[in-house]
Formats: sequence, C-alpha cells, structure tokens
Amino acid sequence: MYTNRLITLQLIKMAKKTNKNTWELAPAPESSGHIDLKKQYELFIDGRWVAPKKKKYFATTNPANEKKIANIAYADESDVDLAVAAARKAFDGVWSKIAPSERAKYIYRIARIMQERSRELAVIETMDGGKPIRESRDVDVPLAANHFFYNAGWADKLEYAFPTKRAEPLGVAGQIIPWNFPLLMAAWKIAPALAAGNTVVLKPAETTSLTALKLAEIIEEAGLPPGVVNIVTGHGDTGAAIVNHPDVNKVAFTGSTGVGKIIQNAIAGTNKKATLELGGKSANIIFADAPIDQAVEGIVNGIFFNQGHVCCAGSRLFVQESVAELVIKKLKDRIGTLIVGDPMDKNTDIGAINSKEQLGIINKYIKIGNEEGAEMYQPSCNVPSKGYFCPPTLFTNVAQSSRIVQEEIFGPVLAIQTFRTIDEVIQKANNTPYGLAAGVWTDKGSRIFNLTTKLRAGVIWANTYNKFDPTSPFGGYKESGFGREGGLHGLSAYVKLV
Amino acid sequence: MKRLVIQKTYKIYIGGKFPRTESGRYYKLESNDGSAIANVCLGSRKDVRNSVVAARKAVGGWSGKTAFNRSQILYRIAEMMEGRSEQFIEELIAQGFPKSRAREEVKESIDRVVYYAGWCDKYVQVLGSVNPVASSHFNFSVHEPMGVVGVVPQENSPLLALVSLLMPCIAGGNTAVVLASEKYPLSAITLAEVINSSDVPGGVVNIITGKLTELLKPLSSHMDVNGIVGSGLDEENKMLIQKESVANLKRVFIYNQDWQNEEGKGLYYIADLQEVKTTWHPIENIGGASSSY
Repeated sequence: MYTNRLITLQLIKMAKKTNKNTWELAPAPESSGHIDLKKQYELFIDGRWVAPKKKKYFATTNPANEKKIANIAYADESDVDLAVAAARKAFDGVWSKIAPSERAKYIYRIARIMQERSRELAVIETMDGGKPIRESRDVDVPLAANHFFYNAGWADKLEYAFPTKRAEPLGVAGQIIPWNFPLLMAAWKIAPALAAGNTVVLKPAETTSLTALKLAEIIEEAGLPPGVVNIVTGHGDTGAAIVNHPDVNKVAFTGSTGVGKIIQNAIAGTNKKATLELGGKSANIIFADAPIDQAVEGIVNGIFFNQGHVCCAGSRLFVQESVAELVIKKLKDRIGTLIVGDPMDKNTDIGAINSKEQLGIINKYIKIGNEEGAEMYQPSCNVPSKGYFCPPTLFTNVAQSSRIVQEEIFGPVLAIQTFRTIDEVIQKANNTPYGLAAGVWTDKGSRIFNLTTKLRAGVIWANTYNKFDPTSPFGGYKESGFGREGGLHGLSAYVKLV
Repeated sequence: MKRLVIQKTYKIYIGGKFPRTESGRYYKLESNDGSAIANVCLGSRKDVRNSVVAARKAVGGWSGKTAFNRSQILYRIAEMMEGRSEQFIEELIAQGFPKSRAREEVKESIDRVVYYAGWCDKYVQVLGSVNPVASSHFNFSVHEPMGVVGVVPQENSPLLALVSLLMPCIAGGNTAVVLASEKYPLSAITLAEVINSSDVPGGVVNIITGKLTELLKPLSSHMDVNGIVGSGLDEENKMLIQKESVANLKRVFIYNQDWQNEEGKGLYYIADLQEVKTTWHPIENIGGASSSY
C-alpha cells in the first residue's frame, strides 16, 4: 500500500535533514462536492425507505472533524420485525423461486453499479469512517464490488461447489457488520448470501451507516425484488433484535470476540446457523534472512493499514534476535515518514480513528503499555487538533503476558518481541486465544511451509500481509470465530446440504 | 468340576492406558433379566480433564502423521474389529440388543471404519483449493484438524453412532474425548481395546464411561476442547452443550442421524471438524520477458 511512495518519502526525509527549509507534500484533498447526501436517512425495508416506528434518529459524524454528516434512523424490534417479515416474504415468494441464473444477473448488476459509483462510495466511506481516501478508493470499494462480481457467478453453479449434495439456501440471513470496513463487510456478507438464494437483513455499525445505505440505493437501482435485501440501521440493541428474531435462519457477525460470544449464547438451542468473524492478535514474524526492507513495509502495512482497525492486523511483531536492532531502527525511520491527518487527503497514510470511543480504548491501552513497563516510541507528527487521531505507536520490551500483547487493541499500536529459534516463535505466536492470521517473512521456502503448517490461524501471509480477495477464504481458528468468508468455502456458510 | 470363568473388569481409556476412574466410583450394569454383567466405571469430571490433557498432547503427533499412515491405522482398526466381531455382538446381546440388530450394528460399524480409512488421504484434495486471486500471489486453502474434539454419540447406538462420529474426527487428524453410552457402555470399552491394539497412538482416542448428566458439562465447558460433535441428544443436552461451548467458541455439530443409512457417512462429517487455512505468497513478476510460453 505504501511501497510506491517510500522512495519519495525517504528523499523528503533526507532533504529535511540537509535543508533547514523543510518541504512537505502539498495538500491533495479529494473533493466531496459531487457527493449527494441527505440530511436524514430512513430504513430500507421491503424495497422502500421507511421511517423507524419510534421516529428515533442518531447522528453520524465525520471522525476527522467531529462534524455531523446526517441523521440515521434508529431501528427497534418492531422495525426489525418488519424487515425480517419482508425478507421472509421475498425469500418464499421470489428469491428462492427464480432461476439461479437470474439471481446471478441481479448480483452482477449490483457489482456494476458499485463500480460506476465507486468514487462517490469511496468519498463517503472516508467521510463517515475516517479511513484514508487512498484506502477507500483502492481497497475497500473495488474489493466490495469484486465480491459481488465473484459471488454472482456462483448462483447457478452451486452443484459444482458441493459434490454429491444439493445446496439449498438457509432462508433469512441476519447480518451484523463492523465499522472498520463498512462497505466491504456489507459486500462480504450480502454477496454470498444472495448468490446462495438467501434474503438478507443487514445492520451496519452505528458510526458507519452511510455506505450501507448507499448500497441500498444501488440495490434499488439494480431493481432487486423488494425485501431481498433490507438495511436496518441502529445500535447494539438493533443487532440483538436481529440475532434473537425467531424467523432468522442464519446469523453472520463480524466484530469483537466479546459480542461474538453473546451471539453464540443467544442462539444456543435454536437451529440458527452462525458465522462469527471475531477479534485477533496476529503475529507477524520476521526471520533474519528475510528481505528486511520489504518486511518493514509489511510490518507497517500489517499494523497501520486502516489505523490498525483491522481484525487481522499484525499487532504482535516477532523479530529474530540477530536482526532485531536493525529492523526496529528501520521501522522507526519508516513510521517517521507516515503522514497522519486528513483522511480526505490523498497523501494521508493514517487517517482518523473511527470514533471518540475507540480513541479512548486505544489511549487506554497505550497507558497500560507504559504502566506495564514497556518502552514506547511515537514519531513526532502534527496531529490535527480537531477530530480523533493517534500517531503510529511501537512498544518494545514487552512480555508475552503483557496486556498489550494479549488483548486486541484495534488501533495503530504494535507490540514488538524478539525470538531466537523457530520452535520458540511458533510457541509464542500460537500462545493466544485468538487465531485469525499470521505473517511470515523469510527467504527460505521450506521454513515458510513449516510455519504455515504450524501456525494456528486461518490466514497466513508469507512475505506479504493484509491481502484480501473475493476468491480467498478468510476466517479464524479458536476464539477468532468460526466459518469462512470468501471463496468457495465462504459459500458453504449460506447453504444447507441435502 | 465346572471351570470358573474369568470376569472382565471394564475400565476407561485415557492416554493409551486403561485406568479405573480416578473417582473410584462405579455403576452396575445389568442384563435384561436383571443379572449383573459388570461394574462399570462411573467417570468423573477429573477423568474428562485428564482425557483432554492426553488428547491435547496427542494432537501434534497424530495430525503430523502422514495422511497415508493415518489411513493404514484406521484400516487396522477395522481389521481388529472384524477379528473381535463375535465379542462385540455378544456384548450387545448381553446388554439387551436383539440378535439381528446386534449383528447389523457391528457389521455396519466395521464397514464404516473402512469407509473413513479410505478418506484420510483424500479429503484434503477434495476439499482444498487453489484460489485465483486478482493479484500477483499464489493462494491456496487447505483443511487442517481442529484439535481436540468431544464426541457424544447417542445412547441407543453404542457402537455405530460412536464409530460414525469418531472416525471422521480422527481421520481428519483430530484427537477425541468420547463419552460412552451410559446404558450400553461395553461396546465403547471393547472398541478402546481394539483401538489400543491398532497402532493408534495413546491419547488420540480417550473413552470415558459414566453419566451424561455429570460428564457433558465439564467436557462442553473445557477451555482446551476445540469442538463438540454429537448425535441423538435431547433438547436439554443440546442446549447445555451449546451454552457451555460459548466460553471458548467451540464449534458444535449435533446431527439428527440414526447412522444406519448412506446418509450416515460422508465427506462432510470430516469437513465439519476441520479448519480452513489459507496461505498467500507473492509470485515474482508476472509478465516478465520469460513468460511467453
């Protein structure tokens, strides 16, 4: 993500050292002039925009300047009831009945319109969530469209996906998504559900509802039958109403392990199927023979991509002792060049923390790290005075038992440990209740295969990190949740085999 | 003078050994006519915990064996069962099974073991994938064992249900802690003896006899058990397993199956107890001068 600008930035840094007249990149803000946002958003139920029964709304704000963007409908149980009823009606009446090839065509349409409206989606994503426009533009939005495009084609080919079995849809899928990749997570959830013939009630996170509502507009534009996709906005209780609704057949949730457990508990004794995509504390392991400069880029991409608001973030760094000093020095140099600031600026590397609440959590962990005796490093950077920002933060001198090593922070905070032997690092890397992802950096092929076999995590990035693709299954071991999203394996979460 | 028969002490099976329950308790197993068959171990939660420790220890070795080797070992289990089939049948009859059903149960169980023996070195190929990602990476997904799995077969099918749940579990490289049928425990213990003489490393399969009401909770709530698989459980026990599994997000699969048909076996019973792991690696410079083939 950052590679292209590395050399430029290092030149700038050199210039800074040699020249008193420091020069910096001129602001390059993306304009939001072409964006059409309403003052108030209703619920998208049964193909129509309806006001919440209780007429309650909440504000969504831009975390980079704390300004209110719009009012969002706050759905309660009765609204969720309507949405589930609409989804049920659409499932029984249309979606499970029409030819799978027709289903595919609807989903292709969604993908295409998303591509057409990609700039608008990217700008809104950044305004509402705080992520750098470069990431919304180059990662979130194109990947989201690609998920629809990829899954569309499965609709009429399911018999090839599950040999000897017939794949039938589950019914109404209740889907609850987080605020770190709002549109992308909506796509991960909705696309395979629709392809397999399910209908959907989706709730976006309360701080990032806008792109899901824009997606609802796109779905309207694509002419999907009413009720096939319903978007209900709200807070945790809205999500709980979806999970607990007796007519929901499938619950798909991405979020914290804590809430994941509440959901697993809530659906115990029911026949609801669940996919839980939960937290992580992923290890990024650097061996002495690794291409060090590339590895440093991988470390930066692993933990500072999307402000570290990534469930699979490489938040635990393990560096082989013989190169630890060098790697840490290079890492410090590198993060000194990261630009923290206006997410709408195309040069920004680290945007705004998604919410005041999340900034509070990150700061709490930074405090804990310091109190536990770890050594903190933050580069000096001009953080905007308005909005929620956190500089890239490194902790060295941490113990395996440190809370900043064991607990998910979900921010730009990296805990650095060292190791000597392979056995040691495997043990340390696996010593966590989580098991979402891991990174391995080495030039030795046999070592990569050794590690990818022994690391207990659902995604292993070897000599790369934080790569995603619609064809590639994603999901965790252990307390990082169960079920996969993406690829052939992601489909199986939305079908019953008969 | 009539020769006095040697009666067998039925014990539990943990870590490749046959200890008595650490609790020292037992329950009387009687035949239909009320005559005593055996004093069976009334296993305790400590036995469950010891089993999980043994099962965890065995995960690395068992999942690290070649798939081909696991296949041969499962086939060996079937061979041993065949040799002991009369004993299995007699025990079932002694516990009150009709003769014909006892024969069927044993025959189907042996065939099921052979069925899963054949899957050991095939399911990864069938279930795995190379994923055509839209970037210059080689990306593949393979199935890996979940780890330690609790196995809770239904009461009324003491051998076939057990084998139908256990074999896909261990064929896939997992290790197991099995709660034997309370009413018909002998088949499970004899199976343990078979397993013990079939080159299955100690700890891969652990079998405890006792009361479901006592053992199900410690098994389902154990933080070092990765999944629970069961069949024919009532709503109350199903709920108990699912609630207790929340603590460490166990994967729970409870099947409505009597296992006496073709639907009682298949690839997807193996797949349920697997994790999917996806590995990415960059591919050097696609489209270079040498790529024109």
